[in-house]
Amino acid sequence: MMIRLAGTKKIARGTNSYKVDFPIFETKMNGKPLIYLDSASTSQKPRQVLEAIDDFYRNYNANVHRGIYKIAEKATSEYTNSKEKVAKFINAGSMQEIVYVRNATEAINIAALSWGEHNIGKGDGIVLTQMEHHSNMVPWMLLAKRKGAKIDYVELDKRNGKLDMSSLKYALDKRPKLVAFTHASNVLGIITDAKEITRRAHKAGATVVIDAAQSVPHMEVDVRDIDSDFFAFSGHKMLGPTGIGVLHAKRDLLESLEPIMGGGDMIRSVLYDSVSWNDLPWKFEAGTPDISGGIGLGAAVDYLSGVGMRKVREHEKKLTRYALEKLKGIKSVTVYGPEEKDMENRGGVISFAIEGVHPHDVAQIFDSEGVAIRAGHHCAMPLVTQRLGVASLSRMSFHIYNDESDIDTAVKAIEKVKKIFRVK
Amino acid sequence: MSIDMYAEEIISHYEHPHNKGELKDANVSMHEYNPLCGDDLTMYLKIKDGKIEDVKFKGTGCAISMASASMLTDFIKGKSISDIERMGLPTIIELLGIDPGPARLKCATLSLRTVKEAAFLYQHKEIDRATKDL
Repeated sequence: MMIRLAGTKKIARGTNSYKVDFPIFETKMNGKPLIYLDSASTSQKPRQVLEAIDDFYRNYNANVHRGIYKIAEKATSEYTNSKEKVAKFINAGSMQEIVYVRNATEAINIAALSWGEHNIGKGDGIVLTQMEHHSNMVPWMLLAKRKGAKIDYVELDKRNGKLDMSSLKYALDKRPKLVAFTHASNVLGIITDAKEITRRAHKAGATVVIDAAQSVPHMEVDVRDIDSDFFAFSGHKMLGPTGIGVLHAKRDLLESLEPIMGGGDMIRSVLYDSVSWNDLPWKFEAGTPDISGGIGLGAAVDYLSGVGMRKVREHEKKLTRYALEKLKGIKSVTVYGPEEKDMENRGGVISFAIEGVHPHDVAQIFDSEGVAIRAGHHCAMPLVTQRLGVASLSRMSFHIYNDESDIDTAVKAIEKVKKIFRVK
Repeated sequence: MSIDMYAEEIISHYEHPHNKGELKDANVSMHEYNPLCGDDLTMYLKIKDGKIEDVKFKGTGCAISMASASMLTDFIKGKSISDIERMGLPTIIELLGIDPGPARLKCATLSLRTVKEAAFLYQHKEIDRATKDL
């Protein structure tokens, strides 16, 4: 079935009613309809998000928190409103707990530079897991280096690849100051039991940082239920624009922290010999913020809420199960992460390898079929090279705009790879 | 870049690489690594009277990086060090018979970069910027 949008080219609708909202699918790649299977890297943007950003720049572009004129008031209220939307989306206590940053990476770095700088000392323990993205490792490695702290890694269970809870217990018995872990792995698709890990970490006296870059875009999350201290995610992976991300932290914690960047908008008053900070969340946002990014993120949250996060998750579960079943039937293909019967603990990320073919060659041949996938170590180099023991992996990942026909095309691309490389 | 990248000759060099292995009597060797895709390459060169008398390579990587190493090692046998200093991306494009395009450039040029660095090392010279930028 084909749907014609007003004044635009055709988008093959297939079985998916959301695809038409995403103008990128008018694009052809190598003469073929674009099949986008790289949403774990960045998601595509619906028209509603593009229009919200365009509307701001065209119709009410002005700086926030300053102008005493109509369009500045509108810019301020739309920007602030977007924080209200985000707060509601993750069930934060209030919008005062929503600090806008560039992305999840910056959010984690701010946690390390503000909280970490004042709370981690020589010999203190930091607990990470073996499946962290570099964004939730390197900031802590830098901090540990500065402070002489020690990092322990929670291991993955050899049987099912999930976090080994006895390894977590072992690490927590050493009374670490901090536990930082991913809510959903960008390589293995594993969804961690964030609430339970947080509960145990708190019991051991640790502060908890959660990298939620791969969870917030794909499932319902409730930061109050999880009870995390810091919670980081990116706008661009959740149908929003690049350049905007969120650091959520408990209000008391944010109140107690010193800002790490100074400048306009983050101050209450500045005198030649003294300075005091603005209220939350502005205390952590020095200078003119990414106003259009915030507004775009708000529109993305509206879009996702409109679909409903339970529906998003169900859709991706169905697709992932379908893909896993298909891949299982292909000889010489190895799939990483939990099996299809364990979809409760698995997100829409599938890393795979084709015997004897380098992932970059796989991705290149997929590209020739119009299929975008990722190849490499997925910014989780220790997990891929040390824990899984491979130089790199191919990865397909899904969002609301994907459907079964996309996976069928990917399977055809795998057959093409096997043919070219004469894989049996 | 299109599927032409996987011409029969490239696949054949990938499956059956020429000059693969360690060269026991090499007088210079160089290891290079492409952090983007994990291509890992060591070149062994036996240089005599300013000429490449023999060359072998060891490593793992994608078809483009491995085929280019196989073809390049064939190509440079008997060539002089100054010939190698003059080689650049056009050499690789000619050998592979395709333009690797921006996404695969580092894979394609890894072997040449490694050979050139080995030649600089052999002469106790600083690696020039053109080689680093390959």
